[in-house]
Amino acid sequence: MTTVVEATGLTKKYGKFAAVDDASFRIEENRIYGLLGRNGAGKTTIMSLLTAQVFASSGSIRVFGQSPVENAEVLGNICFIKESQTYPEDFRPRHVFASAPWFFPNWDQDFADRLVADFRVPMNRRIKKLSRGQLSAVGVIVGLASRAPLTFFDEPYLGLDAVARQTFYDRLLEDFAEHPRTVILSTHLIDEVSNLLEHVIVIDDGRIIIDEESEDLRGSATIVAGAKSAVDGFVAGRDVIHREAIGGLVTATVSHLDEAGRSAARAAGLETSPVSLQQLIVRSTNLSESEEGQKS
Amino acid sequence: MDESRPIFLQIAEAIENDILAGVLLEETQVPSTNEFAAFYRINPATAGKGVNLLVDDGILYKKRGIGMFVAAGSRARLVAKRRDQFEAEYVQPLITEAEKLGITGPQLEDMINRNRAKQSAHPDKEQAV
Repeated sequence: MTTVVEATGLTKKYGKFAAVDDASFRIEENRIYGLLGRNGAGKTTIMSLLTAQVFASSGSIRVFGQSPVENAEVLGNICFIKESQTYPEDFRPRHVFASAPWFFPNWDQDFADRLVADFRVPMNRRIKKLSRGQLSAVGVIVGLASRAPLTFFDEPYLGLDAVARQTFYDRLLEDFAEHPRTVILSTHLIDEVSNLLEHVIVIDDGRIIIDEESEDLRGSATIVAGAKSAVDGFVAGRDVIHREAIGGLVTATVSHLDEAGRSAARAAGLETSPVSLQQLIVRSTNLSESEEGQKS
Repeated sequence: MDESRPIFLQIAEAIENDILAGVLLEETQVPSTNEFAAFYRINPATAGKGVNLLVDDGILYKKRGIGMFVAAGSRARLVAKRRDQFEAEYVQPLITEAEKLGITGPQLEDMINRNRAKQSAHPDKEQAV
Protein backbone atom coordinates (compact mmCIF):
# COMPACT_ATOMS: atom_id res chain seq x y z
CA MET A 1 0.00 0.00 0.00
CA THR A 2 1.31 3.44 -0.89
CA THR A 3 1.44 6.11 1.77
CA VAL A 4 0.10 9.44 0.54
CA VAL A 5 0.45 11.45 3.73
CA GLU A 6 2.81 10.91 6.61
CA ALA A 7 2.70 13.26 9.57
CA THR A 8 5.13 12.89 12.45
CA GLY A 9 4.91 14.81 15.70
CA LEU A 10 2.84 17.46 13.95
CA THR A 11 2.19 20.47 16.19
CA LYS A 12 0.57 23.81 15.47
CA LYS A 13 0.54 26.41 18.21
CA TYR A 14 -1.25 29.73 18.27
CA GLY A 15 0.50 31.45 21.13
CA LYS A 16 0.28 29.00 24.00
CA PHE A 17 -2.74 27.19 22.54
CA ALA A 18 -1.89 23.99 20.67
CA ALA A 19 -4.53 23.52 17.95
CA VAL A 20 -2.73 20.36 16.87
CA ASP A 21 -0.62 18.64 19.48
CA ASP A 22 2.02 16.07 18.53
CA ALA A 23 -0.10 14.27 15.92
CA SER A 24 1.42 11.35 14.02
CA PHE A 25 -0.55 9.43 11.41
CA ARG A 26 -0.47 8.01 7.89
CA ILE A 27 -2.94 8.23 5.05
CA GLU A 28 -2.81 5.37 2.56
CA GLU A 29 -3.61 5.69 -1.12
CA ASN A 30 -7.09 5.23 -2.60
CA ARG A 31 -9.08 4.97 0.58
CA ILE A 32 -11.80 7.10 2.14
CA TYR A 33 -10.84 8.47 5.54
CA GLY A 34 -13.00 10.12 8.15
CA LEU A 35 -11.37 12.88 10.15
CA LEU A 36 -13.78 13.14 13.03
CA GLY A 37 -14.01 15.16 16.18
CA ARG A 38 -15.91 17.89 17.92
CA ASN A 39 -15.96 21.51 16.81
CA GLY A 40 -12.62 23.11 17.56
CA ALA A 41 -10.87 19.77 17.99
CA GLY A 42 -8.30 20.64 15.33
CA LYS A 43 -9.70 18.98 12.18
CA THR A 44 -9.47 22.05 9.97
CA THR A 45 -6.02 22.91 11.29
CA ILE A 46 -4.74 19.44 10.36
CA MET A 47 -6.13 19.77 6.84
CA SER A 48 -4.72 23.28 6.50
CA LEU A 49 -1.30 21.96 7.58
CA LEU A 50 -1.39 19.08 5.09
CA THR A 51 -2.32 21.46 2.29
CA ALA A 52 0.34 24.02 3.32
CA GLN A 53 -2.19 26.75 4.00
CA VAL A 54 -0.77 27.16 7.48
CA PHE A 55 2.70 26.17 8.66
CA ALA A 56 3.55 23.74 11.42
CA SER A 57 5.19 24.90 14.65
CA SER A 58 7.05 21.61 14.76
CA GLY A 59 6.94 18.10 13.38
CA SER A 60 7.16 16.91 9.80
CA ILE A 61 4.69 16.40 6.96
CA ARG A 62 5.28 14.39 3.82
CA VAL A 63 2.61 14.49 1.12
CA PHE A 64 3.30 12.24 -1.88
CA GLY A 65 6.73 11.81 -0.29
CA GLN A 66 7.57 15.53 -0.27
CA SER A 67 7.03 18.58 1.85
CA PRO A 68 3.87 20.32 0.62
CA VAL A 69 5.11 23.81 1.50
CA GLU A 70 5.39 25.94 -1.66
CA ASN A 71 5.55 22.73 -3.65
CA ALA A 72 3.52 23.16 -6.83
CA GLU A 73 3.96 19.52 -7.84
CA VAL A 74 2.38 18.29 -4.60
CA LEU A 75 -0.29 20.97 -4.35
CA GLY A 76 -1.41 20.32 -7.93
CA ASN A 77 -2.53 16.88 -6.82
CA ILE A 78 -4.55 18.20 -3.90
CA CYS A 79 -8.05 19.61 -3.71
CA PHE A 80 -9.17 21.15 -0.42
CA ILE A 81 -12.85 22.02 -0.14
CA LYS A 82 -13.33 24.26 2.83
CA GLU A 83 -16.45 24.95 4.80
CA SER A 84 -16.12 28.68 4.06
CA GLN A 85 -14.54 28.95 0.64
CA THR A 86 -14.26 32.52 -0.65
CA TYR A 87 -14.45 33.37 -4.33
CA PRO A 88 -13.43 36.48 -6.23
CA GLU A 89 -15.89 39.35 -6.18
CA ASP A 90 -18.53 39.09 -8.96
CA PHE A 91 -17.83 35.38 -9.55
CA ARG A 92 -20.74 33.21 -10.63
CA PRO A 93 -20.83 29.39 -10.44
CA ARG A 94 -20.07 29.15 -14.17
CA HIS A 95 -16.83 31.09 -13.57
CA VAL A 96 -15.88 28.71 -10.78
CA PHE A 97 -16.39 25.65 -12.98
CA ALA A 98 -14.69 27.32 -15.95
CA SER A 99 -11.55 28.11 -13.95
CA ALA A 100 -11.37 24.80 -12.07
CA PRO A 101 -9.49 22.95 -14.89
CA TRP A 102 -6.58 25.40 -14.46
CA PHE A 103 -6.05 24.10 -10.94
CA PHE A 104 -7.03 20.46 -11.32
CA PRO A 105 -5.37 18.51 -14.14
CA ASN A 106 -7.86 15.60 -13.79
CA TRP A 107 -10.94 17.85 -13.93
CA ASP A 108 -13.90 16.05 -15.56
CA GLN A 109 -16.22 18.59 -17.16
CA ASP A 110 -18.97 16.07 -18.02
CA PHE A 111 -19.05 14.88 -14.43
CA ALA A 112 -19.22 18.49 -13.23
CA ASP A 113 -22.13 19.19 -15.60
CA ARG A 114 -24.05 16.18 -14.30
CA LEU A 115 -23.42 17.29 -10.72
CA VAL A 116 -24.61 20.83 -11.48
CA ALA A 117 -27.89 19.30 -12.66
CA ASP A 118 -28.06 16.96 -9.63
CA PHE A 119 -27.58 19.80 -7.17
CA ARG A 120 -29.57 22.33 -9.24
CA VAL A 121 -26.92 25.02 -9.02
CA PRO A 122 -27.96 28.29 -10.72
CA MET A 123 -24.95 28.84 -13.00
CA ASN A 124 -25.48 32.53 -13.64
CA ARG A 125 -26.36 33.79 -10.21
CA ARG A 126 -23.68 35.73 -8.37
CA ILE A 127 -21.90 33.61 -5.76
CA LYS A 128 -22.75 36.25 -3.16
CA LYS A 129 -26.46 35.76 -3.91
CA LEU A 130 -26.40 31.96 -3.55
CA SER A 131 -28.05 30.33 -0.58
CA ARG A 132 -25.78 28.64 1.95
CA GLY A 133 -26.74 25.23 0.54
CA GLN A 134 -26.10 26.27 -3.07
CA LEU A 135 -22.70 27.65 -2.05
CA SER A 136 -21.85 24.34 -0.38
CA ALA A 137 -23.00 22.51 -3.52
CA VAL A 138 -20.51 24.52 -5.62
CA GLY A 139 -17.71 23.34 -3.32
CA VAL A 140 -18.89 19.73 -3.37
CA ILE A 141 -19.01 19.75 -7.18
CA VAL A 142 -15.48 21.19 -7.44
CA GLY A 143 -14.21 18.57 -4.99
CA LEU A 144 -15.85 15.64 -6.78
CA ALA A 145 -15.13 16.71 -10.37
CA SER A 146 -11.53 17.68 -9.54
CA ARG A 147 -10.68 13.97 -9.29
CA ALA A 148 -7.64 15.18 -7.36
CA PRO A 149 -5.57 12.21 -6.12
CA LEU A 150 -5.85 13.68 -2.61
CA THR A 151 -9.15 15.42 -1.89
CA PHE A 152 -10.17 17.00 1.40
CA PHE A 153 -13.76 17.81 2.22
CA ASP A 154 -13.97 19.92 5.37
CA GLU A 155 -17.58 19.91 6.60
CA PRO A 156 -18.61 20.41 2.97
CA TYR A 157 -22.36 20.35 3.41
CA LEU A 158 -23.32 23.33 5.53
CA GLY A 159 -26.87 24.24 4.51
CA LEU A 160 -27.26 21.20 2.26
CA ASP A 161 -30.54 19.43 2.93
CA ALA A 162 -30.77 15.69 3.58
CA VAL A 163 -31.51 14.90 -0.07
CA ALA A 164 -28.51 16.88 -1.32
CA ARG A 165 -26.23 15.29 1.30
CA GLN A 166 -27.34 11.83 0.20
CA THR A 167 -26.67 12.85 -3.41
CA PHE A 168 -23.17 13.89 -2.36
CA TYR A 169 -22.51 10.55 -0.61
CA ASP A 170 -23.92 8.55 -3.54
CA ARG A 171 -21.91 10.43 -6.19
CA LEU A 172 -18.77 10.20 -4.06
CA LEU A 173 -19.12 6.41 -3.77
CA GLU A 174 -20.00 5.89 -7.44
CA ASP A 175 -17.11 8.00 -8.64
CA PHE A 176 -14.71 6.52 -6.10
CA ALA A 177 -15.52 3.04 -7.42
CA GLU A 178 -14.70 4.11 -10.99
CA HIS A 179 -11.81 6.44 -10.18
CA PRO A 180 -10.23 5.45 -6.88
CA ARG A 181 -8.46 8.26 -5.03
CA THR A 182 -7.68 9.32 -1.51
CA VAL A 183 -10.51 11.19 0.16
CA ILE A 184 -10.45 12.76 3.60
CA LEU A 185 -13.86 13.72 4.87
CA SER A 186 -14.12 15.83 7.96
CA THR A 187 -17.52 15.82 9.57
CA HIS A 188 -19.45 15.66 12.77
CA LEU A 189 -22.40 13.89 11.08
CA ILE A 190 -20.78 10.56 11.91
CA ASP A 191 -23.93 8.45 11.57
CA GLU A 192 -24.46 9.65 8.01
CA VAL A 193 -20.99 8.88 6.73
CA SER A 194 -19.76 6.01 8.88
CA ASN A 195 -20.59 3.39 6.23
CA LEU A 196 -18.57 5.25 3.61
CA LEU A 197 -15.39 5.34 5.64
CA GLU A 198 -12.70 2.74 5.47
CA HIS A 199 -10.58 4.27 8.16
CA VAL A 200 -11.33 6.67 10.99
CA ILE A 201 -9.07 9.21 12.67
CA VAL A 202 -10.60 10.92 15.68
CA ILE A 203 -9.04 14.09 17.01
CA ASP A 204 -9.84 15.67 20.33
CA ASP A 205 -8.18 18.74 21.83
CA GLY A 206 -5.58 18.65 19.06
CA ARG A 207 -4.55 15.09 19.82
CA ILE A 208 -5.31 11.93 17.89
CA ILE A 209 -7.26 9.60 20.13
CA ILE A 210 -8.46 6.98 17.61
CA ASP A 211 -6.72 5.87 14.40
CA GLU A 212 -8.31 2.60 13.29
CA GLU A 213 -10.12 0.76 10.51
CA SER A 214 -13.80 1.54 10.82
CA GLU A 215 -14.70 -2.15 10.55
CA ASP A 216 -12.46 -2.91 13.52
CA LEU A 217 -14.06 -0.13 15.54
CA ARG A 218 -17.58 -1.17 14.68
CA GLY A 219 -18.78 -3.57 17.34
CA SER A 220 -15.45 -3.42 19.17
CA ALA A 221 -16.96 -1.72 22.19
CA THR A 222 -19.71 -3.07 24.43
CA ILE A 223 -21.87 -1.40 27.02
CA VAL A 224 -22.25 -3.39 30.22
CA ALA A 225 -24.89 -2.32 32.70
CA GLY A 226 -25.95 -3.53 36.10
CA ALA A 227 -25.49 -3.11 39.82
CA LYS A 228 -22.47 -1.01 40.77
CA SER A 229 -20.57 -3.79 42.54
CA ALA A 230 -21.12 -6.26 39.69
CA VAL A 231 -20.06 -3.77 36.99
CA ASP A 232 -17.00 -2.61 38.91
CA GLY A 233 -15.99 -6.20 39.57
CA PHE A 234 -16.34 -7.08 35.90
CA VAL A 235 -14.58 -4.05 34.40
CA ALA A 236 -11.60 -4.19 36.78
CA GLY A 237 -8.49 -4.55 34.62
CA ARG A 238 -10.43 -3.92 31.39
CA ASP A 239 -10.26 -0.89 29.12
CA VAL A 240 -13.17 1.34 30.15
CA ILE A 241 -13.89 4.19 27.72
CA HIS A 242 -16.82 5.69 29.51
CA ARG A 243 -18.67 5.21 32.77
CA GLU A 244 -21.99 6.54 33.96
CA ALA A 245 -23.78 5.98 37.24
CA ILE A 246 -27.40 6.56 38.15
CA GLY A 247 -28.03 5.64 41.76
CA GLY A 248 -26.82 2.09 42.23
CA LEU A 249 -26.91 1.37 38.49
CA VAL A 250 -23.70 1.70 36.52
CA THR A 251 -23.21 1.70 32.74
CA ALA A 252 -19.68 1.19 31.46
CA THR A 253 -18.45 1.21 27.86
CA VAL A 254 -15.68 -1.35 27.54
CA SER A 255 -13.50 -1.52 24.42
CA HIS A 256 -12.35 -4.70 22.72
CA LEU A 257 -14.65 -7.10 24.53
CA ASP A 258 -14.89 -10.38 22.62
CA GLU A 259 -17.77 -12.86 22.62
CA ALA A 260 -16.29 -14.75 25.57
CA GLY A 261 -16.01 -11.48 27.47
CA ARG A 262 -19.64 -10.64 26.72
CA SER A 263 -20.73 -14.10 27.89
CA ALA A 264 -18.75 -13.60 31.08
CA ALA A 265 -20.51 -10.27 31.60
CA ARG A 266 -23.93 -11.88 31.11
CA ALA A 267 -22.96 -14.71 33.44
CA ALA A 268 -22.12 -12.04 36.05
CA GLY A 269 -25.71 -10.82 35.72
CA LEU A 270 -24.91 -7.78 33.57
CA GLU A 271 -26.82 -6.51 30.57
CA THR A 272 -24.68 -6.11 27.45
CA SER A 273 -25.40 -4.04 24.37
CA PRO A 274 -23.35 -3.08 21.32
CA VAL A 275 -22.02 0.41 20.60
CA SER A 276 -22.25 2.13 17.22
CA LEU A 277 -19.35 4.05 15.71
CA GLN A 278 -21.01 7.36 16.52
CA GLN A 279 -21.70 6.37 20.15
CA LEU A 280 -18.15 5.08 20.49
CA ILE A 281 -16.69 8.36 19.28
CA VAL A 282 -19.03 10.45 21.41
CA ARG A 283 -18.06 8.44 24.47
CA SER A 284 -14.35 8.56 23.66
CA THR A 285 -14.32 12.32 23.15
CA ASN A 286 -16.39 12.86 26.29
CA LEU A 287 -13.89 10.97 28.35
CA SER A 288 -10.92 13.00 27.19
CA GLU A 289 -12.85 16.10 28.13
CA SER A 290 -13.51 14.89 31.68
CA GLU A 291 -9.87 13.85 32.01
CA GLU A 292 -8.89 17.38 31.05
CA GLY A 293 -11.27 18.69 33.67
CA GLN A 294 -9.61 16.60 36.35
CA LYS A 295 -6.15 17.77 35.36
CA SER A 296 -6.84 21.48 35.50
CA MET B 1 -27.25 -1.80 8.19
CA ASP B 2 -26.83 -2.53 11.85
CA GLU B 3 -24.22 -0.04 13.08
CA SER B 4 -22.94 -2.23 15.89
CA ARG B 5 -21.54 -5.11 13.83
CA PRO B 6 -18.88 -5.16 11.11
CA ILE B 7 -20.59 -4.30 7.82
CA PHE B 8 -18.67 -6.84 5.75
CA LEU B 9 -20.23 -9.62 7.86
CA GLN B 10 -23.68 -8.14 7.26
CA ILE B 11 -23.03 -7.98 3.50
CA ALA B 12 -21.94 -11.61 3.50
CA GLU B 13 -25.09 -12.56 5.44
CA ALA B 14 -27.32 -10.59 3.09
CA ILE B 15 -25.88 -12.45 0.09
CA GLU B 16 -26.25 -15.76 1.94
CA ASN B 17 -29.89 -14.91 2.69
CA ASP B 18 -30.52 -14.21 -0.99
CA ILE B 19 -29.01 -17.57 -1.89
CA LEU B 20 -31.10 -19.35 0.77
CA ALA B 21 -34.26 -17.57 -0.41
CA GLY B 22 -33.54 -18.50 -4.02
CA VAL B 23 -33.16 -14.88 -5.12
CA LEU B 24 -29.59 -15.66 -6.20
CA LEU B 25 -29.53 -19.03 -7.94
CA GLU B 26 -26.55 -21.38 -8.13
CA GLU B 27 -24.29 -20.82 -11.15
CA THR B 28 -25.69 -17.34 -11.73
CA GLN B 29 -23.73 -14.12 -11.54
CA VAL B 30 -23.99 -11.91 -8.46
CA PRO B 31 -23.68 -8.10 -8.57
CA SER B 32 -20.16 -6.65 -8.60
CA THR B 33 -18.49 -5.30 -5.49
CA ASN B 34 -19.10 -1.76 -6.73
CA GLU B 35 -22.78 -2.51 -7.34
CA PHE B 36 -23.11 -3.90 -3.80
CA ALA B 37 -21.31 -0.81 -2.46
CA ALA B 38 -23.64 1.55 -4.32
CA PHE B 39 -26.75 -0.41 -3.34
CA TYR B 40 -25.96 -0.63 0.36
CA ARG B 41 -24.23 2.80 0.36
CA ILE B 42 -21.04 1.48 1.84
CA ASN B 43 -17.35 1.73 1.09
CA PRO B 44 -16.39 -0.53 -1.88
CA ALA B 45 -13.49 -1.99 0.10
CA THR B 46 -15.95 -3.10 2.79
CA ALA B 47 -18.27 -4.65 0.22
CA GLY B 48 -15.26 -6.43 -1.28
CA LYS B 49 -14.33 -7.83 2.11
CA GLY B 50 -17.83 -9.30 2.50
CA VAL B 51 -17.76 -10.84 -0.98
CA ASN B 52 -14.27 -12.26 -0.40
CA LEU B 53 -15.44 -13.89 2.81
CA LEU B 54 -17.95 -15.88 0.75
CA VAL B 55 -15.28 -16.70 -1.84
CA ASP B 56 -13.09 -18.08 0.97
CA ASP B 57 -16.05 -20.15 2.19
CA GLY B 58 -16.58 -21.51 -1.32
CA ILE B 59 -20.07 -20.00 -1.56
CA LEU B 60 -19.08 -17.67 -4.40
CA TYR B 61 -16.38 -18.16 -7.00
CA LYS B 62 -14.62 -15.85 -9.43
CA LYS B 63 -14.70 -16.24 -13.19
CA ARG B 64 -11.73 -14.30 -14.46
CA GLY B 65 -12.71 -11.20 -16.36
CA ILE B 66 -16.44 -11.92 -15.99
CA GLY B 67 -17.34 -11.61 -12.34
CA MET B 68 -18.58 -13.45 -9.30
CA PHE B 69 -20.90 -16.49 -9.39
CA VAL B 70 -22.84 -18.58 -6.87
CA ALA B 71 -21.10 -21.95 -6.49
CA ALA B 72 -22.94 -25.20 -7.19
CA GLY B 73 -24.13 -26.86 -3.97
CA SER B 74 -23.75 -23.64 -1.98
CA ARG B 75 -27.40 -23.50 -0.96
CA ALA B 76 -27.27 -26.94 0.69
CA ARG B 77 -24.05 -25.99 2.46
CA LEU B 78 -25.59 -22.75 3.73
CA VAL B 79 -28.66 -24.62 5.02
CA ALA B 80 -26.38 -26.98 6.96
CA LYS B 81 -24.35 -24.08 8.35
CA ARG B 82 -27.44 -22.11 9.35
CA ARG B 83 -28.92 -25.20 11.06
CA ASP B 84 -25.82 -25.48 13.22
CA GLN B 85 -26.12 -21.78 14.01
CA PHE B 86 -29.81 -22.22 14.78
CA GLU B 87 -28.99 -24.89 17.31
CA ALA B 88 -26.33 -22.78 18.99
CA GLU B 89 -28.18 -19.46 18.93
CA TYR B 90 -31.78 -20.51 19.50
CA VAL B 91 -32.09 -24.07 20.80
CA GLN B 92 -29.37 -23.99 23.43
CA PRO B 93 -30.53 -20.70 25.03
CA LEU B 94 -34.10 -22.04 24.84
CA ILE B 95 -33.12 -25.10 26.87
CA THR B 96 -31.13 -23.02 29.36
CA GLU B 97 -34.10 -20.74 29.95
CA ALA B 98 -36.51 -23.70 30.15
CA GLU B 99 -34.37 -25.34 32.82
CA LYS B 100 -34.32 -22.09 34.77
CA LEU B 101 -38.13 -22.12 34.78
CA GLY B 102 -38.40 -25.82 35.60
CA ILE B 103 -39.93 -26.76 32.24
CA THR B 104 -39.35 -30.44 31.54
CA GLY B 105 -38.35 -31.93 28.19
CA PRO B 106 -41.83 -33.26 27.35
CA GLN B 107 -43.41 -29.91 28.40
CA LEU B 108 -41.01 -28.05 26.12
CA GLU B 109 -41.77 -30.41 23.25
CA ASP B 110 -45.47 -29.89 23.87
CA MET B 111 -45.04 -26.09 23.81
CA ILE B 112 -43.14 -26.23 20.53
CA ASN B 113 -45.75 -28.45 18.91
CA ARG B 114 -48.59 -26.24 20.11
CA ASN B 115 -46.91 -23.12 18.69
CA ARG B 116 -46.10 -24.84 15.42
CA ALA B 117 -49.78 -25.75 15.07
CA LYS B 118 -50.77 -22.14 15.84
CA GLN B 119 -48.36 -20.75 13.22
CA SER B 120 -49.44 -23.16 10.48
CA ALA B 121 -53.00 -21.97 11.15
CA HIS B 122 -51.76 -18.45 10.34
CA PRO B 123 -49.08 -19.11 7.76
CA ASP B 124 -48.65 -15.42 6.96
CA LYS B 125 -47.02 -14.88 10.35
CA GLU B 126 -44.32 -17.43 9.69
CA GLN B 127 -42.27 -14.99 7.66
CA ALA B 128 -42.01 -12.58 10.54
CA VAL B 129 -38.65 -13.88 11.73
